[in-house]
Amino acid sequence: MWSLFLRDIRLNIRAGGGALTGVIFFLAVIATIPFGVGPDLNLLARIGPAILWIGALLACLLGLDRLFQADREDGSLDLLVLGDSRHMLALSVLTKCLAHWAGSVLPLVIAAPLLGLFMNMEPIGIGATALTLLVGTPAITFIGAAGAAVAVALPRGGLLISVLVLPLTIPVLIFGVSASYGAVADPDPFLQPFLILAALTLFLAVLGPVAAALALRHGAD
Amino acid sequence: MRLIAENLGGERGGETVFSGVGFALEKGQALIVTGPNGAGKSTLLRVVAGLLPVAAGRLLIEGGGEDFPSVASACHYLGHQNAMKTVLSVVENLRFWRDFAGADFLSAEEALETVGLDGIGHLPFGYLSTGQRRRAAIAKLLVSRRPLWLLDEPTAGLDKASEGRFAVLMRKHLEGGGIIVAATHLPLGLEGAQALVMGRVE
Repeated sequence: MWSLFLRDIRLNIRAGGGALTGVIFFLAVIATIPFGVGPDLNLLARIGPAILWIGALLACLLGLDRLFQADREDGSLDLLVLGDSRHMLALSVLTKCLAHWAGSVLPLVIAAPLLGLFMNMEPIGIGATALTLLVGTPAITFIGAAGAAVAVALPRGGLLISVLVLPLTIPVLIFGVSASYGAVADPDPFLQPFLILAALTLFLAVLGPVAAALALRHGAD
Repeated sequence: MRLIAENLGGERGGETVFSGVGFALEKGQALIVTGPNGAGKSTLLRVVAGLLPVAAGRLLIEGGGEDFPSVASACHYLGHQNAMKTVLSVVENLRFWRDFAGADFLSAEEALETVGLDGIGHLPFGYLSTGQRRRAAIAKLLVSRRPLWLLDEPTAGLDKASEGRFAVLMRKHLEGGGIIVAATHLPLGLEGAQALVMGRVE
């Protein structure tokens, strides 16, 4: 499993990895918001966490279509499916998700505090948003894996995956944003939505890979 | 170890591609599957590997013991694609499959030497020619131990010398108690192999 993780990380870093694309897209979204909303600093600070979360969510969806498609095109996917008897396929999928997250999504989380400055957010708000992103974005990857597995045989599956996955990520977005607000706005709680967010990630860490493995096994042709 | 197929049928997308195929292979035996394009050779191999469901009949492996309880766990599947990443070096690719498949056999370097690719293991897989890619994929069969080799057009793109070298490898595998099922148009140089000619289903 460790070798699969390392291989996917290497693929992500070398030629044509999705890490930089996601970060640049994230930057583009966040940098254009102040131009659209206007120079009202209070308004920017208030919508900051929500905008960061939406930007990160959309950037997460960008590279998902390649998660299994690249492996399918060169025949590796067949061997991963055949390896089911040694390593459970769901476990291989989980490993691929974690590698994808570490390679493509973690850079977004690292970039988020810097982009928070663009939105005139307070330090504590920036910290809370980065923390909720760190805990919440794996859930998006796990849901995305199920979508990517369903659409693996389609040549232009990227858009379909986004449409399939986006509605399912709404709970993650809601609790992520409300926890971020809870850290700055006083009466709102931080801990409760944050714990629900963590629970969502753990729950989807099981459900997503199992669903993806099922789709991959039956989608083989 | 025995690989047995009885009255096997396979379908793709709801269409029956072949039916009523049967064979029994003891260890040390090979089966060469031939037939015109579209006769279902690749489908047969994918059904045997377990990548496609068995539509009719029975397929089982006997005497695999604890290590190889099912066909999928006992087989190396060499498909049309080479299952190697173009941006990783040849050795990195082989090391990955060695770690992933388990049951280590030869090291990546030894396997490359066996297929005559020593000295180019550090190159990215994408830099290799078609024949060299195929030979690297054949080296993948050698890095971990599996008794059953399922080969789909294994010699496509190989030159005469490499074909000969591959025939030696296959013979060695059979002498060591392995089983080979190969779909091909080209003679593989295996004497005494069983032949299965597939025709279109009327």
